[in-house]
Amino acid sequence: MIKIEVNGRIIEGKDGEMLIYALRRAGIHVPTLCHLNDMFPSGACRLCVVEVDGEKNLVPSCSYPVRSGLKIWTHSERAVEARKTIVELLLANHPDDCLYCERNGSCQLQDLAENLHILRRRYIGDRNRFNEDISSPSILRDPEKCILCGKCVRVCEEIQGVSAIDFIGRGSSTTVGTAFNEGLNVSSCVNCGQCINVCPTGALRERNQINDVMAALSNPDKFVVVQHAPSISLTLGEEFGLKPGADVNGIMTAALRQLGFDRVFETSFSADLTIMEEASELVRRIQTNGPLPMFTSCSPGWVKFVEQFYPELLPNLSTCKSPQQMLGAIIKSYFATRENIPPEKIFSVSIMPCTAKKFEAGRQEMERGGIADVDAVLTTRELARVIRMRGLDMHKLKPEHADTPFGERSTAGKLFATSGGVMEAALRTAHFLITGKEMKDLEIKEVRGLDGIKEAHVTIGDLTLNVAVVSGLMNTRTILDEIRSGSRTIHFMEVMTCPGGCINGGGQPLNADIEAIKARMRAVYKIDKTEVIRTSHQNPSIQRIYAEFLGEPLGKKSHELLHTSYQKRTVLV
Amino acid sequence: MKQEIQCILKRYPHAGRDKLIPILQDVQEALGFISKESVVQIGEHLHLPASKIFGVATFYNQFRFEPVGRYHIQICRGTACHVKGSAAVLETIKRALKIESGQTTRDGMFSLEEVACLGACGLAPVIAVNGRFHAKITPEDIQGLLNTYRQKGESSDE
Ligand code: SF4
Ligand code: SF4
Ligand code: SF4
Ligand code: FES
Repeated sequence: MIKIEVNGRIIEGKDGEMLIYALRRAGIHVPTLCHLNDMFPSGACRLCVVEVDGEKNLVPSCSYPVRSGLKIWTHSERAVEARKTIVELLLANHPDDCLYCERNGSCQLQDLAENLHILRRRYIGDRNRFNEDISSPSILRDPEKCILCGKCVRVCEEIQGVSAIDFIGRGSSTTVGTAFNEGLNVSSCVNCGQCINVCPTGALRERNQINDVMAALSNPDKFVVVQHAPSISLTLGEEFGLKPGADVNGIMTAALRQLGFDRVFETSFSADLTIMEEASELVRRIQTNGPLPMFTSCSPGWVKFVEQFYPELLPNLSTCKSPQQMLGAIIKSYFATRENIPPEKIFSVSIMPCTAKKFEAGRQEMERGGIADVDAVLTTRELARVIRMRGLDMHKLKPEHADTPFGERSTAGKLFATSGGVMEAALRTAHFLITGKEMKDLEIKEVRGLDGIKEAHVTIGDLTLNVAVVSGLMNTRTILDEIRSGSRTIHFMEVMTCPGGCINGGGQPLNADIEAIKARMRAVYKIDKTEVIRTSHQNPSIQRIYAEFLGEPLGKKSHELLHTSYQKRTVLV
Repeated sequence: MKQEIQCILKRYPHAGRDKLIPILQDVQEALGFISKESVVQIGEHLHLPASKIFGVATFYNQFRFEPVGRYHIQICRGTACHVKGSAAVLETIKRALKIESGQTTRDGMFSLEEVACLGACGLAPVIAVNGRFHAKITPEDIQGLLNTYRQKGESSDE
């Protein structure tokens, strides 16, 4: 640690680190629009400028290394004036649609204008005129609100390895767009929504399905059921001012009932179901020689990624549908029959951490006889919006229990919320299937944590399995290339599209920093540690559904309802 | 088309990103425009995503992404032409054809390109249609000129 002087006060910094990190640790907030933590600085917005003793010009603190003896003013008149001018210039051609904007109240541009006390338009430019891209079932792009910070482009390329979007054109006509300005739906976009999470403005947002859900809720002819994904109860609270990781499961259930849902189920239940099928599939593949490695298939962004970039590895994808789709299929078959409701009367909603789940629900593989497994998908953010719209006070509601039989889960199902969780859950059950005994230590520490690539060697009976857990699709490219060239042997690989898994999904509350993601992750493992039923095969409701309806894992019924297959997809890559 | 592009790419073995512009130029020369197919093939060859190639290509005015129309209109944006009102001429053409520079009308009849200078400053403002110069053009001339070409194009269709 070295000492630097900031605004007349001494703070500590690490030699060579970018100044902005030292400032933040010291509680000094310099605004940014293009900065992405721990990624190479792009220096595009220049909002982070500060005055440095001895430098003629203001310097961007996001890309200025700390060295001893630095003397800095972060909020000198000159620095503040420069920032104000930058924001005023950004506003010059901005639509000023705040009242009608998805990001009203959560927009960084709006915040900046407010914090810098900008009260009038000082520069008048031609207003941006571009068409919205509404082609994607997941992502809506409104280039008029884009301030060209470039964060979406970098996340899509550097974190996700997709590069669906880039800067197009130059000068004043520059936009962010796809190749040939085609719709996102025909681009290589995998619908992950990570670009939304970094976008400072309303230029990127999810395709909202609130109206569809509201219409169904007020339609007396519809029986409306809802499932919520394992991570939702751990992130929704943030939208209502609770600390990251606070578990609002019971309160959320109460809220969903008040909204008018006829049944409230947990996707964690069908995550257990996925594990039964997937672990059985893994065992079968091991016993019948492949194809190995088997890849998990519950993350729809990843599935599309394989379809378009690595089609020759499609046979390696597990044939299991995702938990969302499994529960959707079970609701409109088993549940419909049991409750004597015609499947076409059921409107099935899922609350997901993920924009790609919207795409997944609309895939043609995910319907039977013209009836979709899932009818509408809301992100965590959309659910929060609906709750606010209905004036429900999350601080006053009394917790309630989910409905049986799909409201009962093991902690293994809940683990699906985080990167490494599917792996742990699957290995627990695979161990039981192979040896007839439970694992001695259920926790596989090597696959926990936020690293993008995690590996472990797991002994089950006389088998040693090499397993890999990957999140952030860019990380998969390295491994897939090694698998293709034969230089790496893996038996089972879990992939989650979003870095850290669903807890950091593209539909989660905005502005989560690394600490928030860690807190969400800790909350998942806390549940796993404190509850009794920790493996999917021990979930009594799972045992019952096999006894009453499905027969056995990988059986005929499962094949019909719970499994699918994928095909090569041609897009502009 | 595919083979033509493969031929071009063969001329750039083991090429890196620095060869993108020369390859794009060769493709445009061979096809008259940069097709989607060609972008995919270039991408495979250089290991670049399509969005990146399109982004780079749109940075330069010289590339077009649609085949030229039956009548390719080039409008001079040089200084002399600018001084004599080429901007208004350009606007009129865009409005009349409902296309932007670099685009082709839906019926394939006209395409429009802005060029830095046609080298005929004495004739300013000047446009060229399939290489034929039209001198001292005014916004008022445009509709008539386009009609003439359209008629010619339509009658030769039959
Ligand atoms: S993006 Fe932000 S500044 Fe722009 S209209 Fe929306 S809320 Fe307002
Ligand atoms: S949703 Fe994901 S893949 Fe699509 S543009 Fe955004 S970051 Fe890229
Ligand atoms: S869409 Fe959003 S993230 Fe992407 S460049 Fe524009 S403002 Fe930045
Ligand atoms: S945050 Fe430093 S230049 Fe944008």
